Amino acid sequence: MAYFEMVKTALRTVLQQPVTILYPAQAAKKTPLSRGHVIIDESRCISCGTCQRKCPAQAILISKEAKTWQIDRFRCVVCNSCVDTCPVKCLFMDTQYTAPAAVKGVETVTITYVKPPKPEKKDEPKQ
Amino acid sequence: MTKQIIVPFGPQHPVLPEPIHLDLVLEDETVVDVIPSIGYIHRGFEKLVEKREFPEYVYVAERTCGICSFIHGATYCQGIEQIMNIEVPERAQYLRVIWSEFSRLHSHLLWLGLFADSFGFENLFMGVWKTRERVLDFMEETTGGRVIQGTSKIGGVRRDISSERLDQMVKDLDVLDQEMKELTTVFLHDDSVRHRLRNVGTISRDDAYHLGACGPTGRGSGVAVDARKLGYGAYDRLNVQVVTDSCGDCYSRCAVRAKELFTSTDLIRQAAKKIPEGPVDVKVTGAPDGEYFMRAEQPRGELVHYLKGNGTRFLVRSRIRTPTLSNIPPLIKMLQGCELADVPVIVLSIDPCISCTER
Amino acid sequence: MTLPQQTTTSTDVGKLIGSVERFRNEGYRLVQIGCTKVGDLYEINYCFDKDYHFENLRITITGDTEVPSISGMYWNSFIYENEMHDLFGIQVRGMNIDFKGTLFRTAVKYPFSQPPVTVTKGDKP
Repeated sequence: MAYFEMVKTALRTVLQQPVTILYPAQAAKKTPLSRGHVIIDESRCISCGTCQRKCPAQAILISKEAKTWQIDRFRCVVCNSCVDTCPVKCLFMDTQYTAPAAVKGVETVTITYVKPPKPEKKDEPKQ
Repeated sequence: MTKQIIVPFGPQHPVLPEPIHLDLVLEDETVVDVIPSIGYIHRGFEKLVEKREFPEYVYVAERTCGICSFIHGATYCQGIEQIMNIEVPERAQYLRVIWSEFSRLHSHLLWLGLFADSFGFENLFMGVWKTRERVLDFMEETTGGRVIQGTSKIGGVRRDISSERLDQMVKDLDVLDQEMKELTTVFLHDDSVRHRLRNVGTISRDDAYHLGACGPTGRGSGVAVDARKLGYGAYDRLNVQVVTDSCGDCYSRCAVRAKELFTSTDLIRQAAKKIPEGPVDVKVTGAPDGEYFMRAEQPRGELVHYLKGNGTRFLVRSRIRTPTLSNIPPLIKMLQGCELADVPVIVLSIDPCISCTER
Repeated sequence: MTLPQQTTTSTDVGKLIGSVERFRNEGYRLVQIGCTKVGDLYEINYCFDKDYHFENLRITITGDTEVPSISGMYWNSFIYENEMHDLFGIQVRGMNIDFKGTLFRTAVKYPFSQPPVTVTKGDKP
């Protein structure tokens, strides 16, 4: 007849420190790879629209004429698809979660990328 | 002639992780018949395949379920790779095995905790979930997500694990094994637990086989079917042990899952020893044309992903048959003849994952 | 590592019960019943397994054909047949537990036989 098998584990837990984290008073534990929210480096985006096409939640909207990049943080599922497929690597994944908000809205960023001018063609015959 | 009354169980019940509704027909305190009713979280995932191209559908397939999410993504990728005849590099196959087995560990530990809570043993519930945090910490460190990993892709995996990290992981497995041994001793040897579980919800071997019980629900009755023996991924190069028990009651199903924890850590050690160096993905071009039934072993049983493509970027059909859908008919059989107070324990013993069932 | 190729046997509705009975007598278990819409026709796949050996039986029907239920031989087929009826609109005759369309309650009846609905950004959910 075996009873009270849990006593040893329970006593040890009582004598140790609690393992719960008093979030949000203490910071949540994060690792370098943790997926929190997407950030963009607007000086490198070429407005190709790949991230908009690849997003499974359809959270990104790009406007080439108005030069804006818009993300709906509440639709974004932080899957890393846009970060992986961006051809110029201007999107990054930050480790902190989006802060809670009272109203749903989109975040708009103005693209400041300027296409560098083409190098002057030299009139030299090909060797 | 005793009077029959109908008591509704669910869809909201403290013991259920997800909503399922059962109408229990009772005579005094004994359950005579059960009418199940599902459909509370039907999200129509299979219809979404017409609007998402096949490489992006991995993200949708992964989010079918929160507990068994990695294996959904990996099975979908393997199905597409089988149709398109893509050869996945060896390192990627071993990494998929390692993450799948960690996924199985965290799912079984989650279930053990909920099961202890269902018969009132809250201290054990908290102790098991404290151990589970170690597994989730490993998942977050190597993939970026505790619940949804997001590392499967068609042609391989997205992230790599360095060999120093793998060595550290094998050392941490010893600590994990020690903690799990203490906790499973309580489940298997404590008499107060045994009184709640022995001879409760019995189903015979023939009934379990013909009604479609799969996974630990079937293996607890002696049906020795484990889809890992099919040899997909790197499982054909590893030694997979199939754990069965012969009694067919709740105690057997609990014992099967408790022992599978240790076979999982054994598989992870084997994979970490055999993993070769090399690339982790291959480039994929073209579109799938053909069909395949990809079967895999989820923590709850046998998962079938049926994929059909016609050469365009959008698949024609993606059909996901999850193990809980197949385990509902045996549940009806188990509940006939039991007492009303045993109903939560029996419903939880098949490990219901209703969000997978209804996609 | 390659997995074995899978073969599909096609049959028609009249011979369905006979073929399923043969599988039952040989000791196969039912894995799933799945439906696919191809153009205007529906393909129904009955999958069986024994000792890791996989067999697939397929019938191709139009939307108004009545399919006999196999619940006489496999008691657990009711859950797949009800799902097939609720999502695709296929009439199945003789189910042992008939939910009569209430297993999956959706806003659109028989959603998987309808063409996909497009929701553009800016539409209210």
